[in-house]
This record gives sequence, C-alpha cells and structure tokens, in this order.
Amino acid sequence: MRIIQSCSVIQVLLISPSLKEENAQKLQEGTCELATETSQPLVFVQEKHIGDHEKTLKAHKEGKLQKLLEMNGHMQVPHSYDFDLIVIGGGSGGLAAAKEAAKYDKKVMVLDFVTPTPLGTSWGLGGTCVNVGCIPKKLMHQAALLGQALQDSRKFGWQFTEEVKHNWMAMTESVQNYIGSLNWGYRVALREKKVTYENAYGEFVRPHTVKATNKRGIEKLYTAKRFLIATGERPRYLGIPGDKEYCISSDDLFSLPYCPGKTLVVGASYVALECAGFLAGLGLDVTVMVRSILLRGFDQDIANKIGEYMEEHGINFIKQFVPIKVEQIEEGTPGRLKVTAQSTVGDQIIEGEYNTVLLAIGRDACTRKIGLDKVGVKINEKTGKIPVNDEEQTNVPYIYAIGDILQDKLELTPVAIQAGRLLVQRLYAGATIKCDYVNVPTTVFTPLEYGACGYSEESAVEKFGEENIEVYHSYFWPLEWTVPSRDNNKCYAKIICNIQDNERVIGFHVLGPNAGEVTQGFAAAIKCGMTKAQLDNTIGIHPVCAEIFTTLSVTKRSGGNTLQAGC
Amino acid sequence: MAALWRRPERLLGAAGLCRTARALSGKSEYDLLVIGGGSGGLACAEEAAQFGRKVAVLDYVEPSPQGTKWGLGGTCVNVGCIPKKLMHQAALLGSALKDAQHYGWNISQPVQHTWSVMAQAVQNYVKSLNWGHRVQLQDKKVKYFNIKGSFSDPHTIRGLTKAGKETFITAEKIVIATGGRPKYPMHIAGALEYGITSDDLFWLKESPGKTLVVGASYVSLECAGFLTGIGLDTTVMMRSIPLRGFDQQMSSLVTEHMESYGTKFLKKCIPTKVEKLESNKLQVTWQNTDLGTEETDSFDTVMWAVGRVPDTKTLNLETVGVKTNSETGKIVVDASEATSVPHIYAVGDITEGRPELTPTAIAAGKLLARRLFGQSSELMDYDNVPTTVFTPLEYGCVGLSEEEAVQCYGSDNIEVYHAYYKPLEFTVAERDATQCYMKMVCLREREQRILGLHFIGPNAGEVIQGFALGIKCGATYPQLMKTIGIHPTCAEEITKLHITKRSGLDATVTGC
Repeated sequence: MRIIQSCSVIQVLLISPSLKEENAQKLQEGTCELATETSQPLVFVQEKHIGDHEKTLKAHKEGKLQKLLEMNGHMQVPHSYDFDLIVIGGGSGGLAAAKEAAKYDKKVMVLDFVTPTPLGTSWGLGGTCVNVGCIPKKLMHQAALLGQALQDSRKFGWQFTEEVKHNWMAMTESVQNYIGSLNWGYRVALREKKVTYENAYGEFVRPHTVKATNKRGIEKLYTAKRFLIATGERPRYLGIPGDKEYCISSDDLFSLPYCPGKTLVVGASYVALECAGFLAGLGLDVTVMVRSILLRGFDQDIANKIGEYMEEHGINFIKQFVPIKVEQIEEGTPGRLKVTAQSTVGDQIIEGEYNTVLLAIGRDACTRKIGLDKVGVKINEKTGKIPVNDEEQTNVPYIYAIGDILQDKLELTPVAIQAGRLLVQRLYAGATIKCDYVNVPTTVFTPLEYGACGYSEESAVEKFGEENIEVYHSYFWPLEWTVPSRDNNKCYAKIICNIQDNERVIGFHVLGPNAGEVTQGFAAAIKCGMTKAQLDNTIGIHPVCAEIFTTLSVTKRSGGNTLQAGC
Repeated sequence: MAALWRRPERLLGAAGLCRTARALSGKSEYDLLVIGGGSGGLACAEEAAQFGRKVAVLDYVEPSPQGTKWGLGGTCVNVGCIPKKLMHQAALLGSALKDAQHYGWNISQPVQHTWSVMAQAVQNYVKSLNWGHRVQLQDKKVKYFNIKGSFSDPHTIRGLTKAGKETFITAEKIVIATGGRPKYPMHIAGALEYGITSDDLFWLKESPGKTLVVGASYVSLECAGFLTGIGLDTTVMMRSIPLRGFDQQMSSLVTEHMESYGTKFLKKCIPTKVEKLESNKLQVTWQNTDLGTEETDSFDTVMWAVGRVPDTKTLNLETVGVKTNSETGKIVVDASEATSVPHIYAVGDITEGRPELTPTAIAAGKLLARRLFGQSSELMDYDNVPTTVFTPLEYGCVGLSEEEAVQCYGSDNIEVYHAYYKPLEFTVAERDATQCYMKMVCLREREQRILGLHFIGPNAGEVIQGFALGIKCGATYPQLMKTIGIHPTCAEEITKLHITKRSGLDATVTGC
C-alpha cells in the first residue's frame, strides 16, 4: 500500500481494501497510461484514478470523493461482503461476466431464476439465447432450410418417396435435448470456475444486499461489493382478453409439446418473422398480423424484400390490424382459437380461426421486480430499461448492468458477452478497453436470411444527407439455386458509402443464404475502415454469394440495372 | 475477308517491318484481339469494348482425348468451378437428407442418387451460361469467332475453323488467355486410352461407378469428395502430400475428414498401368512405395487429376518471340501482364507464377483493358487472394500458410491462434465435427498484423470472403477481437480466437 499515499490535505481518504499489492503494482506500472501528469502522489479511490494532489483537492472540494465513497456504501460495511461480485441473471452476458471474474480469483455468485410463462413453460440455466432464443430458433430455421433442401435435392438427382412429412415432436425433442446439454454444460463450467450458482430469484433489499428466493420459497440474503444486473427481457403480452390464457410467446414455442398447426403470428419484429418463417418452412399454414412496418429499426428496403419473399413462399400477411380479443373455441393440443382483430386505419373488424396464436410484439426488460428502488438504481420509467455510462455503470456506482436491459444498446447475445467480459477485465484486471457498440453486425434468420452491419439506408441519409452517401447494390442468384431454378433475383446485396470520407463503407446489407457467415468477415473489415476502393480491389472467391460484394458497380442513384446475368 | 487480303503484306518482313507496313497501310482490323474465351479473356474483351474499342474474341475447345467438348466460357464455366460446385452441392444435399431425419423430416428409405438427373441439370445450366456469354458478347459488340488461333506474325492471328477453314485476323493489341488443360501421365500404359480427366467427368452421361481418382490436387480431392457424397465407391491415389502449396495442417484435416466421410485413400502409391478387362472394368496396377509392393484393383472409371498444363503449344509463340518458362510452358509476364513482346499480353492460368483462379483472371483482364484503353494505371494486386477448396468439409483461406509465415518471419515472430469448433447445425444432426478447425496466423510483435486466415467447415467460402477484405485493409488481431460476433454462426468463432498454439492449451470451443 505504500505506493499510494494519503494526501495530507484530505483527512479521510479510504483506499479500497481489495486493492491488493499486486493490483497496486499493476496500477503503478500502468501509471503512464492512467495519468498523463507526472506529479505524485497518485490517488486512487475505489480503484478509480482521481489524480495528483491538485486534482484530489478539487475532487474533494466538489464533494466527488465523499460521494464516491458513500455511494459505494463503503462506510457502512467495509470488509464483510459475502462476495466480490453477485450477478443477477444467468444469461449469456451474466455468465460470461461471472466466469471472467472468477478467472481473477474473485468470489462470484450467479443468481438465475426463470419465472414460468403464463402457460407454465420454464427452462434451465443460460438465459434467452440458449433456451428460448438464438439456439432453438436457428435449429428450427435449419429444420426449415432442410425442408427446402429436400425439394432441391430431387433436382440434383436424389430420389426418395414423394411425400415427406415433418414431425414436430421429433424436431423439438432433438432441439430440447441439445439445449439440455448446454444447460448442463453451463452448470459444470460455473462449478469448474468456482462460481457459486443458485437457482433463485434475486432482488435488492438494501445497499449491497440481495435476497435470493428459490423455487420452494426459501429466502437467503447475500452481500457483495459489486453487483451486475443481467436479467434480460421477456416477451410482451397484448393486454387484451384471452392473451395470457390462450396465446403463446417465443418462450413457449420452442418446447411446445405438440405441433402448433395453423398459426397466427402477431407482430413484425425479427422474432415474429423468424418464427413465422420456420413454421411455414415446416409446412404449417402461417399468417402474420402486422400493425405497421416490418422490422422496425432495420433497413426498410430490405425489410420489405424479406416480407415479399415470405409472401411468395406462402405466408399470409394481414397488415394494419391488431388483435383485440382471443377466444377459445375448442381445447386441445393444439386447440382452436378465434381471434378478433381491428384495423388500425378504420373501424373494420375481422375474425379468424387458428390453432395457435404466437405473440411476438416486443420484449420488456426484467427490471421492475428486482428491488432497484431499494438501492436507487434509475430506470427509464417508460421502457423499464437501465441507463448506463460507457462503462456499463448505473447511477449507483457499485451496480453495473449489461445485455438486453440496457437503454439505447443492442439486444444481442455477443454484445452482452463482450460487454460483460470487458467490464470484468476493467474491474479486476486493470484493463481500459470499453465495449464498442458501433458497427455491430447482426443477422435475421428469416427464410431468406438478412445480414447487416452499420447504417441502414434511411439512417445514413438522415445522418449524412442523401447527397453525401452513395448506395451500391445488386441482386444475385446463388449458384446452388440455379439447378432447382428457384428464386432468381431475390437475393440482394447493398453497401452504403460516405462520399465525404473516401467512400468509406458505413452500411453493409446482404439478403441471401448463409447471410450470417457472409456478414461476419465484412463486419471485421468495416471495423478496419474499409472503403469502396478496397472492396473493389479484393478478389472474389468463386463461386460463392459473398463475392458479389467485390464487384458491386451500380449505384442506386444511377437507376442502373441490378438484375444479375451470368458469371 | 479483309484479313485474307491483308495477309501477303504481313509476310513481307520481320516483326519490326510489319509494324511499319501496318502503320503505312492504316490500322489493324481490331484494336484488341483476345485468344481464349474463358473468364479472363471474356472479361478483358468486354471491358475493352466498354471503351468503344473494336474487339474480337477467339475461342475454340479442342476436344479432350475422350472426345468431350463444350461451349463458350472456358474452364470455370464448363469444366471447373461451376459444375464442380453444383456437384459438390448435390453431395451436400445428400448429407442434408441424412440431417433432415434428425430434424424431424420423415424420409423413408431407400434414398438413391441418379447421376444422369444431376448431370443433365448441371449441363443444362452450363449451356445456359454458354448462351449467356454469347449474348453478352453480342450486346457489348465484341466479335466472336469459334476458331482456333495461332500467331502468324506479331499482329496477325491465323484462325482455323472446325472444318479446317483458314482465316487471318489482325489486331493492334493481342491478349493470350487460353488457360490450361488437365495433364495426362503419358508414361503410364493405358492412361490416355482408358482414363478420363475433369474435362470429361462433368459431361459424363452415365455414372462413373467405382472410381479411382489419381492425384492430390484440389481438383482431385474435390471430385473424389462429391463422388463419395453421391454414394459412389471412390478412391484417391496420391504419391506424396495432399494440396501442395496449401497449409499442410489444414490439408491433412481435409483428407482426414474425407476418410471419415467414406473416401478411400491409397497413400504413397504410384500407378504403373491401366488395362481393360473383359468385363469392361479397368484394372489399375500401382506401386506402393511405402511397402515396396505392387498392388492392383479394378475400377469402372479412372480419372487423372495430376495437374494442369498451359495451352500454349499450338499458339506458335516462338514465331513472334513471346517468352515462356521452359519448365512450366507458361507465359512470362511483367506486373502489367505484358509478355516479352510489348503489344502482346497474357492473363489467367496461362501466365507464369499467377494463382490459377477465375476471379484473379477476371480482375487481371479487366484491369488490363482499363490500362490499355481507359487511361488507368492500376495494376493487379496478386497478394492476399482468398480461395476455397470445395471438399466435403470446405476449406477457405487467405494470406500465408503457417509454413510460409514461419519461413518468412521465423517461428519466434509469429503467433498462431486456433480453435476447434462445432457448427450449431451439426449438433442436432449428430454430425462429427472433429475436423472443424480454424487458425489465424499473425505477426507476434506490435500490432499483431494478420498474415493468414484458414478455416475448415461449412460455407468456408462465404466465411472467408469478408475477412479477406479485412486482411486487405491491414487487419490486426486486436481489431478482429473488437469485432462482435454474429450469433450463432461458424464465422463468429473467428472473432473469438484466443488460444495460441504456443500455449499448448486445449483449443476446443465449448458452449456458447
């Protein structure tokens, strides 16, 4: 502790008890990075660098030091926490952070508890992505793609019986078995890394203290120096008669113990379109009810192309309608439901009969029932989301938050993982790298997959002005689709360049098979600042879909022909 | 007929005089003449025509020893990338049929593959491309001659039609883009008589049946891979290492996977003769150099994939002084694709030291046309060209192999990050992912610039393309680590590579 001395001017200057010699050593070694000033002493409070004598004095005068110390609750219980870090929520972000913290020999606890859906569906450790999100979604999407492959394969010389039926239960069981193995894997990983795991609902009861309630209602209190909130989101319900009684959400769909049959999907989010897409691909009669636009927030030109493709592939769309009532006609697995819907532009009322109604109208942050008021963590009252600074810190300095519950951040598994890891590295390993939420690539697994990175066309126009952006685009026909001669000129590639900045690529959009695999590398290139010229200078890999991006020559402005012909 | 009329004055003197004579008599018929209507030649011709130049393309397919021939478009379209990838797709669909059952699709056995249905479909598509190329030439006002060309003087090409009719065409500038053709091991008795090559395979009307593929080139492994995939008894015979020139760790993973996929391998074996049996089967005899024994087996088809030779012999290059590499027979070009004769250029597989890849030929052809007629000075950059081998488990790469990196920088100065991963789709399908592997070769010091990236797994080409661009932009390891993954894809594992080979730690990716 000798290297960090108390400043004589300030009488009380507590130095974090967890700042052990080795960390202090690291801090000293990192002095040049941390502090541009060379004058000593260097003062750290709660491992936060304050500065030299003058800066410390200034901070003291402004009351910042005092605030920092008090808010961390340091004065009340300085030495007796049960844990260094308690993570509330065992999803992608929470688990990544917990395991990372354990690497630095921190005492870590994860609280995870799945509140069952209104229909009683529940699942294991791992959060949304693993249990009711990315993983089962992509596997069922794959099942649907294989359905297409079966049709294609006949054109490629394969012969088998005419009629091929899909067995929902067989698929769901395989998918659930795999998920079960992942749940188990997470538990083993936590144990190996010596992270304490409790299958209990965590909520704050007072500063630095959470109450953990398990399935049997047994309550325990735990204290920690720091907390990480990573509780994620759950599907929203409509708030109309019959919604919670008869409708399902994506939380139920992937483990549904019977084939959903004729399905109405309500919503136009990516969840809605992905689920509608694979259900139709498995041969079900699917209708999507949309209030206004598809895929809000995504490039609308692409969103509409996705919609068109889905319509052409047999999915019905009811546009500008919202359900107002869901009634059960007949019980069963599946039963029969009557849905009454109202036009959003007139008084028209329509009715329809379905076996299953899947709500995918959005997701709500799980932040209102975890005692945030007890510790003073601010949330956006309207959305329930938690505002954080660029270091994932809430307004209460010892409480952090990552993942889907963050305000104005992306709801993506890899983002949550990255944010969690980097946060922990900053907290416990002296790292300074912050999570970069810019140019994050993503993929929507609709029947025609959509990969994107950077600006949508409309947001680019808004930000830079139409005259300052150049959009290059082209349709393309995957070679594999030529022999079955399907879907010509449905796949589409578009890049958006900033003319003022050397035609730097600021938006990348691809609609076609394996869009995720295609987009990933380009996202890395965008991170490296790729320009249109560099794109043109890159040699394509022949014959793959991704090579189209190395030969884009038609600008949208020109109105030139973008239908592809030949090699 | 103008050419015929012109011919006598062409013959008046040596090259230099000819040019003078031509200058006096006015211009040649064409601003640009391209010999060879493959990817590179067509791209060059069409680009030149965009600048309003008078352009002609000569294309003529000399039938293979087995009599196979095809239309306009060159190797890639007719007997290369296109039919190869389509047949590879047929094989992938065979795996999809198996996977589908795990995903709930009830497919009753037996599932069978009919070669003729596939071949017909592939050939029809290729023919539509042949037609497309002809239309495109017409649209772009490029004159097309289906004749075999050879130099009669530096500015004149003598063309021969199929019927043996002679034509002479003059041009200001000439581009040679005649590509390469599969090599036959002429010293092996029966090789030419009974063997086929990739020039024939894609046009076979009937299934090749039990097949022996000789060679360890990517052509060999790709063909053996899809033949296995559609259910044929397939054996690869190789003398030494697979995929020479590619990263050898990756290459052995590729063949290891093929073995588990059902392809048989005869390693360190050299064929000595091929005989036809009364049953019409082909009996192949080979030397097992490991055991020093002579072995034999019979096959329905024997395919040679022992390399390709440039199509330069009939061009009469000596007459005009275009230099070739005496060992390879390939044309020596400079950075601007110019041959030893200043107004004669060459692009594509026929050029010495260039990658034999369609997209490089196309890019080189286009850039050449722009330099010749479009006031451009941009040269083709042959560095960091990505490529993909479409074996059953695909292998995509860009930049240096680990061996090359070690050779260039020394093993102490490079860091190799690697990972074994399992594609999500393989889990439910209960597919083995032992060979799904990736590695990134970086400089060890400072910025850790990426020198090479290697990926084995499904859709390798789609995965590598974007990263190739990143590497072109000078991507470093930290930049790649800052790139957020797309979940769940295979490509995201590249952004998560963190185990160095040096550490010796287990590189198996677990969980999400």
